[in-house]
Amino acid sequence: MTKSELIEALASRQRHLAPKDVELAVKTIVEEMSESLSQKDRIEIRGFGSFSLHYRPPRVGRNPKTGESVPLEGKYVPHFKPGKELRERVNELVGTEIVD
Amino acid sequence: MALTKADLAEKLYDDLGLNKREAKEFVDLFFDELRGSLQRGVSVKLSGFGNFGLRDKSERPGRNPKTGEEIPISARRVVTFRPGQKLKARVEVYAGTE
Repeated sequence: MTKSELIEALASRQRHLAPKDVELAVKTIVEEMSESLSQKDRIEIRGFGSFSLHYRPPRVGRNPKTGESVPLEGKYVPHFKPGKELRERVNELVGTEIVD
Repeated sequence: MALTKADLAEKLYDDLGLNKREAKEFVDLFFDELRGSLQRGVSVKLSGFGNFGLRDKSERPGRNPKTGEEIPISARRVVTFRPGQKLKARVEVYAGTE
């Protein structure tokens, strides 16, 4: 499911809202979530899961072409931990086809 | 202070002029759709944010950490999240500020 398919699905469930408004609302939610993480603020959605940042310490990397060592600074990466309800629901169809 | 569904609803109320009930309902439906898709075995791709994928793991041997007793960990389906380039770039910038 892509963002535009999500917008379509929500628009069909929210017929009192104009499709343009649904699109704007979805983009607003996604932007607010990105902004929260970029401010290092966690996201906690009950029944879905939580997003936080994990720190990756500085390390020495290597340029794969030249083999030269490159110092890499520490950085933060987003991390998602599925909530209990999502974990349980998703597990119901274990072993069946996954649509990528 | 973590961002919650209430904060997202507040944002829809402030920025888009949805009324409070509509805003709360919309946020609930948003996560309901994501969960529903994953439940049906369909991964979710939110461009600019990231992809929620699914992986089936086979049964593997485990151990009760308290008693040391061996118990198999059953086969299960798990959700994985891969942040998109744009999100990664936005959160990385705090490197070295702590």
